[in-house]
Amino acid sequence: MIFNIIWFVLWGVLWSVYFMLDGFVLGAGMLHPVLGKSDMDKRIMINTIGPVWDGNEVWLITAGGATFAAFPTTYALMFSYLYTALFLLLAGLIIRGVAYEFRGKIASEGWKKLWDVAIFVGNSIPALLFGVAFGNIFAGLPMDAAGYHGSLIGLLNPYGLLAGVLFVVLFLMHGALYLSVKTVGELKERSSAMAAKIWPAALIVAAVFLGATAFATKLYDNYLAAPLLFIIPLLAVGALVTVRIALAKGKNLTAFAASCITVLMVVATGVAGLFPSLIPSSIDAAYNLTIYNSSSSPYTLKIMTVVAAIFVPIIISYKIWVYRVFQAPVEAKDVLY
Amino acid sequence: MDVLTLSRWQFAITAMFHFIFVPLTLGLSILVAYMETRYVRTNDETYLRMARFWGKLFLINFALGVVTGITMEFQLGMNWAEYSRYVGDIFGAPLAIEALVAFFLESVFIGVWIFGWNRISKRMHAISIWIVAIATNLSALWILLANGWMQHPVGYELRNGRAEMVDFGALLTNPYGIIKFFHTVTSGYMVGAFFVMGVAAWHLLRKNQVELFSRSLRIASIFALISAGLVFITGDFHAIEIAKTQPTKFAAMESVWETQRGVGMNLLLLPDPAAECNSVEGLCIPNMVSYLAFHDPNAEIKGLKDFPEDERPPVLPTFLSFRAMVGMGSYMFLAAAVAAFFSFRRTILEKTWLLRILLYSIPVPYLAAQLGWVVAEVGRQPWLVYGVLKTSDGVSTAISSGQVIFSLLGFTLLYGGLGVIDIYLLAKFARKGPEEDPHAPLVRPQKPVTAEAN
Ligand code: HDD
Ligand code: HEM
Ligand code: HEM
Repeated sequence: MIFNIIWFVLWGVLWSVYFMLDGFVLGAGMLHPVLGKSDMDKRIMINTIGPVWDGNEVWLITAGGATFAAFPTTYALMFSYLYTALFLLLAGLIIRGVAYEFRGKIASEGWKKLWDVAIFVGNSIPALLFGVAFGNIFAGLPMDAAGYHGSLIGLLNPYGLLAGVLFVVLFLMHGALYLSVKTVGELKERSSAMAAKIWPAALIVAAVFLGATAFATKLYDNYLAAPLLFIIPLLAVGALVTVRIALAKGKNLTAFAASCITVLMVVATGVAGLFPSLIPSSIDAAYNLTIYNSSSSPYTLKIMTVVAAIFVPIIISYKIWVYRVFQAPVEAKDVLY
Repeated sequence: MDVLTLSRWQFAITAMFHFIFVPLTLGLSILVAYMETRYVRTNDETYLRMARFWGKLFLINFALGVVTGITMEFQLGMNWAEYSRYVGDIFGAPLAIEALVAFFLESVFIGVWIFGWNRISKRMHAISIWIVAIATNLSALWILLANGWMQHPVGYELRNGRAEMVDFGALLTNPYGIIKFFHTVTSGYMVGAFFVMGVAAWHLLRKNQVELFSRSLRIASIFALISAGLVFITGDFHAIEIAKTQPTKFAAMESVWETQRGVGMNLLLLPDPAAECNSVEGLCIPNMVSYLAFHDPNAEIKGLKDFPEDERPPVLPTFLSFRAMVGMGSYMFLAAAVAAFFSFRRTILEKTWLLRILLYSIPVPYLAAQLGWVVAEVGRQPWLVYGVLKTSDGVSTAISSGQVIFSLLGFTLLYGGLGVIDIYLLAKFARKGPEEDPHAPLVRPQKPVTAEAN
């Protein structure tokens, strides 16, 4: 059963890394109309996102694929239960993806405005809905032997919404920090200032969220059983504080790295609390979807472990290479899109 | 309408839409990579301008291929939850491997290619587009092994209330999946080749950039000829495999109603499903169907009437699509051969009739590919996994028809709009032609950069 645990950890890692990487794309997209004062600003921002957004989104595809391969029952139920939310999420990801490609292709103002709106909407909806979806998963979905008893409106309960707001605020800060590292001059200044302005909101929402989690979910049961786990939320808070300190010293790269850790650890906090469930039932723990009752056969898990052990390190190496190739900030002279 | 019908419509629409963009990606990536390699080898800047021009069209197409792909992956869980649960143990693996092995490579190196013109060496830049081309084909391999498994399930056992994988090797070496891979990617190469030939012909008819476009056409015509040949050969293997593994589909493809030996091929044929016979039959090549299917002119072909009515696929769409695909394939083989002939004699510029034919042939391989999927998927009905799981048993139970109507309308409108825009942009940039300056930014600023003023 060691493979079930390995895949639970991988499942958590895939989602956390996805949010760490796409989080700054989503955040930069939400800030697109705010920070982009001129057309050139907007194009510079798009060019900072251009080389990486698709590669980041593939972490989502892999998280989905890994859920399918390792925990098919969870994949089937999670995706069909959250049907309409997922449809809206997909629509958002679709329009933001094409927006980056289409915006520069026609010279008219109206055309650019259209895709500016698409970039904003297409990044905001997924940021909010991912938070709502994960908040609800942390709290458990209303499911039992008869199936699912929830609805789209039901997902918008206070805790779900709080998680949605948390994701939005964290990603806003994360995106502003990314832009502050990847741009120069006035745009860089504005991005740093924006990150500093969002920071207190992020701190407050994160604190409220960690508190509310004690009441709305059973996540802390695992923590009480194994107090060592408290390191994870502590790291999240520590990294968040580091963001502010680094920002005050003008060390934007450090601040961005710290905000990467913040996002990773916030997601990890939830995932560690879920174990051994992937999706708990809010009705009766007997219907929790766990890493045992919803998993693939040991044979499949073993094969997938071998494949992941070979390819994940390779992926990480060429990804690091690419981030180094594109390390330099984007200036007006570099703009291609 | 019920959830099943709606979900089928939604899957068919989104899959066929995804497959408008996929084949051009498969074919054009290789052509662009070849052109850029020629540039690195020869330092001839015409090749650089070629790679950039076709590369720009490649990217406009690629964007929609990517965004429509995510829908495909999520939909299997959203609409086909019972299916995902029942076969996920074996079907999920190739999907996850596809992402790990192919999508990461593809998406990362396409970014390197687009934004790396001034940041990496010429050689490394050409290597990036090769990596994209290879990764694209790898992604096709994994998804088609998955689809091939649905067509001909192997290496599994039914236990614990589902299909569990017992032999991963069998999944990888499933002849059905492997043939499907070769047939589908080579059909994609045809789409890419005919696209390049058609657009080049448009410019040659106007005597634009004659050198650049004659060269493009020459390269594409050879690629078209080779891939048309391969499509034929793999298509034939496909039919043989189907005769062996999916007798109901084979009977529908050839519209054979009665079981008999030495079945001939009627060039004129029209099935009449209501009367369970063919209303028109003529110009028969004796024993041809038997020979094609089993390489034995007297082989027995099982007729549709020998299968229970609820296990027969819709005959008319399967039959007509198959005929049309094969017909178009034959036409394209001919067109590619003629184009290659005149291209290499360097007389194609004078053959305006041929250039015009090539221009109007751009949609033909697209259509053939779509019809191929109709044969494959409609012909598999009523099975979702042939012989194992019916389509009606695979649909999600937790969703309502209201939800699916909403998403179906949403996808249709969104895709419709994006499709129109994408085709408009492709046409716009295809007509505009290549940049004169080979080192111009890939996408020119649309206006002098004075926009800061506002
Ligand atoms: C024969 C080839 C083929 C077929 C049958 C399919 N695809 Fe596809 N897919 C590709 C060939 C491809 C590709 C050529 O590799 C694409 C198109 C453009 C691109 O970026 O990659 C792609 C993109 C693509 C993406 C986006 C990857 C990214 O973000 O870079 C996903 C998630 C899928 N596909 C998933 C699917 C699923 C779940 C399918 C079936 C149900 C499917 N595709 C059918
Ligand atoms: C390789 C990955 C693919 C998988 C796993 C797959 C799987 C499926 C599934 C689950 C259905 C739903 C059952 C149904 O609607 O009847 C379906 C139907 C269908 N698919 Fe595919 N498909 C794949 C690729 C494609 C592609 C690329 C196309 C077209 C370009 C396509 C065309 C269709 C059509 C037309 C139907 C409707 C058939 C019908 O309902 O009668 N499929 N396929
Ligand atoms: C010329 C002779 C051809 C033959 C004998 C042939 C044969 C076949 C057969 C038997 C299938 C059904 C596979 C299945 O049910 O799983 C098929 C599918 C398909 N065909 Fe063809 N085909 C030919 C030409 C073409 C051409 C010209 C194209 C496109 C350019 C094309 C594209 C496809 C595609 C995309 C599929 C669906 C994927 C697959 O099942 O492989 N085919 N073909």
